[in-house]
Amino acid sequence: MPDEKITLEILRYHPETDEEPSFQTFEVPYHEDWVVLDAINWIKEHVDGTLTYRWSCRMGVCGSCGMMVNGTPRLTCAVFLNEFHPEPIKIEPLAYFPVERDLVTVMDSFMEKLQSVKPWLIRNEDEEKPLEEGEYLQSPAELASYKQFSMCINCMLCYAACPVTGLESEFVGPAAIALGMRYNRDSRDQGREQRQEVIASHDAIWNCTFVGECSVVCPKDVDPAGAIQQAKVESTIDWYTSLLPWTKK
Amino acid sequence: MTEIIEHDVLIVGGGGAGLRAAIAIAEADPSLSIAVVSKVYPMRSHTVSAEGGAAAVIRPEDSLEDHIYDTISGADWLADQDAVEAFVNEAPREMTQLEHWGCPWSRNPDGTVAVRPFGGMKIERTWFAADKTGFHMLHALFQTSLKYEPVKRYDEWFATQLLVEDGRCVGVTAIELRTGQVRGIVAGAVIICTGGAGRLWPFTTNAAIKTGDGMAMAYRAGIALKDMEFVQYHPTGLPGTGILITEASRGEGGVLINKDGHRYLQDYDLGKPLDVSDPEHPQKRTMELGPRDKLSQCFIKEQQAGRTFEGEYGHYVHLDVTHLGEKKINKKIPFVRELARNYVGIDPVYDPIPVRPVLHYVMGGIHTDINGATSMPGLFAVGECACVNINGANRLGSNSLTELLVFGARAGQEAVNFAAAQSKPQTGPLEAQVRDEQQRIAGQFINKTGGTERLVTLRTEMNEAMESGVGIYRDAAGTQAACDKMAELQDRFQHVSLDDHSLSFNTELTAALELENMLDIARASSLAANVRQESRGAHQRTDFPPPRDDDNWLKHSLAFRTDDGPRIEHLDVTITRWPPAKRTYGS
Ligand SMILES: Cc1cc2nc3c(=O)[nH]c(=O)nc-3n(C[C@H](O)[C@H](O)[C@H](O)COP(=O)(O)OP(=O)(O)OC[C@H]3O[C@@H](n4cnc5c(N)ncnc54)[C@H](O)[C@@H]3O)c2cc1C
Ligand code: SF4
Ligand code: FES
Repeated sequence: MPDEKITLEILRYHPETDEEPSFQTFEVPYHEDWVVLDAINWIKEHVDGTLTYRWSCRMGVCGSCGMMVNGTPRLTCAVFLNEFHPEPIKIEPLAYFPVERDLVTVMDSFMEKLQSVKPWLIRNEDEEKPLEEGEYLQSPAELASYKQFSMCINCMLCYAACPVTGLESEFVGPAAIALGMRYNRDSRDQGREQRQEVIASHDAIWNCTFVGECSVVCPKDVDPAGAIQQAKVESTIDWYTSLLPWTKK
Repeated sequence: MTEIIEHDVLIVGGGGAGLRAAIAIAEADPSLSIAVVSKVYPMRSHTVSAEGGAAAVIRPEDSLEDHIYDTISGADWLADQDAVEAFVNEAPREMTQLEHWGCPWSRNPDGTVAVRPFGGMKIERTWFAADKTGFHMLHALFQTSLKYEPVKRYDEWFATQLLVEDGRCVGVTAIELRTGQVRGIVAGAVIICTGGAGRLWPFTTNAAIKTGDGMAMAYRAGIALKDMEFVQYHPTGLPGTGILITEASRGEGGVLINKDGHRYLQDYDLGKPLDVSDPEHPQKRTMELGPRDKLSQCFIKEQQAGRTFEGEYGHYVHLDVTHLGEKKINKKIPFVRELARNYVGIDPVYDPIPVRPVLHYVMGGIHTDINGATSMPGLFAVGECACVNINGANRLGSNSLTELLVFGARAGQEAVNFAAAQSKPQTGPLEAQVRDEQQRIAGQFINKTGGTERLVTLRTEMNEAMESGVGIYRDAAGTQAACDKMAELQDRFQHVSLDDHSLSFNTELTAALELENMLDIARASSLAANVRQESRGAHQRTDFPPPRDDDNWLKHSLAFRTDDGPRIEHLDVTITRWPPAKRTYGS
């Protein structure tokens, strides 16, 4: 098998020289147990050192290596060549993101969206537990109610799968909303109201048309679509409650 | 044009250590401006890969004394005891702090934080978030850091060199990857938190970014690298990729089996095995819960005796967790299942996982005191890049995540004190240093043509020399060969040729700078291994077999950089209340 090859068609773009992106084809030795990232690394090391992309952990946890693989957003360190061989594989940068160079996308707006949901534990002013008194108690069931939303590795695959992020650049988007819900549902947190301004806004949940692709592509089963759905239900309840005569506001 | 950016405190590295330090500073004095420079977005830092857990005494039946003793004996008495004591004392508070910042620790039914046993521990004290502890810790720290406005991040900036003025560290030069510009970032105090250097070796659990950059920057500025001969092999990595199967799998009851179906650790003075169905299994400090150095050495002995399996990626043994059952595996070690299924096609619920020792952790690093201060005023170091030293000749699993927190907080405070007591650095004279660095990088790499060496060739040769010379077992000839090889590779590095001559996001350039860094520290590590003529912990010399030699070698090694290669000096180990004794397991 050592002489077997596989073809990678990679979208290249260099901001200093290219008007627009174009595909370049590479022949790579085929190993059954190679992931797509191994093949890309092989190209960079042996054929073309200018090929530009991000990666680090090579074990599906740092979130760096997301790319479009035959049109679907995937972690390239977790998808094997044997899924495609002997057919060629088409590699593009994550969809809907501006491209910095080759397969490297601009993450600025994603980082701003993450921050916008106030992803940290918020306690009421005089209700902070002193460290000397130990941990906040949290039952396994309470932990389970937000655990799934805490598994996000910020790989941005869900944004690349979401048609709304393509149309509405202000859309806060799946991972950031799931992150906001992660804290909202944490029994130790008291900051839900502060987050609502962002989460319940039109640019957040109401922009979502519930295509659900985000949850399909998510490599960590975070279910961001579920998070958005829950957020919608909760803010609808908020809205009704605010109309009730006995709710003071 | 040279641009100089000014801050009060500068942190290089956005992993667990760097982020903990940044928050400590923001809390100590909200008026200070803090820069966090990181070559990857902070949540991509290698801390994210840590699986098993972080140690701190929390159970009433546990004690600080026991944590101290486990750490010191695990370190084969090469740890500094004042540092270990401070570490153990402050660990519970730091871990609780992280709980208050939202880290989703696994819980007991009563809502308290749950703990599990790790290798070399007398009692369970490892806090965990399933088997994604580092991931949750890093994300909790990163997300918490977002609420502090004075923390300004420089994401995807690659630090290349320390800025030094009158013997004081006043900043770094760094490449902004997006534009390729070299800039100076100047501050009253600098903390290096750049992580380890596992990528010196070919087969490692470490991420691609672990290239020892901060160690090399400090080393080139005249600061000693301490105990670089001590590197930890983890006994259970996946063959081929080196992906880690966490020690938690053994903490939960997994066992190691050779090709004859025998739990071979019982033949190596690590105690008697209990049946996996025995309620007392797994016993602490015994068998599979022995320390990592010993377990990795046992593997080599088994291999030499012909009792390991042989596969496409070399020899291996079996890690069997099947008896835990699907429910427990899914609850306690789900990531182990995910990794084994994805990367070796084995479902550990039904079949044993193939494993072999894999380079995991560099115990040595930038020589610091108990507050993270280095010998250069204004420069501090914390985390895997530093050597405080609590890890000695063998790090105890799950101590290093806690180390990031305890010493991150300490160094943050020290840096605040230092910056407050000193005048602000003058930026004027530094502009020339920044310009020189820009020119060096342009001349040596970007604009250079006609080189003859490819990066991958040099890196592969370095990896091979480290594996064969500075692996689990060493001797005089092998370590000497590694020293010679590094000197040769450093010469050849002058003829490196890059394909990429552009500025924007030039990752071939950063790979070249990383290789330059690795060659420097590989040389220090091989020489330190050559000079230490004894066997202790993870440093096993076949020509100087155990027992360790306290009369001559109960001391740290310090490697200083000179133009003709490293120079090794020695420093006494701080012994306070725990006189050196025999290291025993399995009693
Ligand atoms: C697979 C694995 C599992 C582990 N599991 C455990 C465990 O269960 N328990 C435990 O206690 N320990 C564990 N460890 C060890 C522990 O995870 C590490 O020692 C620790 O996370 C290191 O943290 P750090 O902050 O020092 O460095 P890192 O997290 O590696 O961060 C380094 C930072 O420095 C930055 N940086 C580096 N170079 C430069 C440069 N030139 N310019 C700018 N920025 C730079 C990087 O971008 C990054 O932000 C594990 C290690 C591995 C490999
Ligand atoms: S929600 Fe899933 S797909 Fe989206 S960023 Fe997080 S891990 Fe990635
Ligand atoms: S390289 Fe880290 S997720 Fe793929």
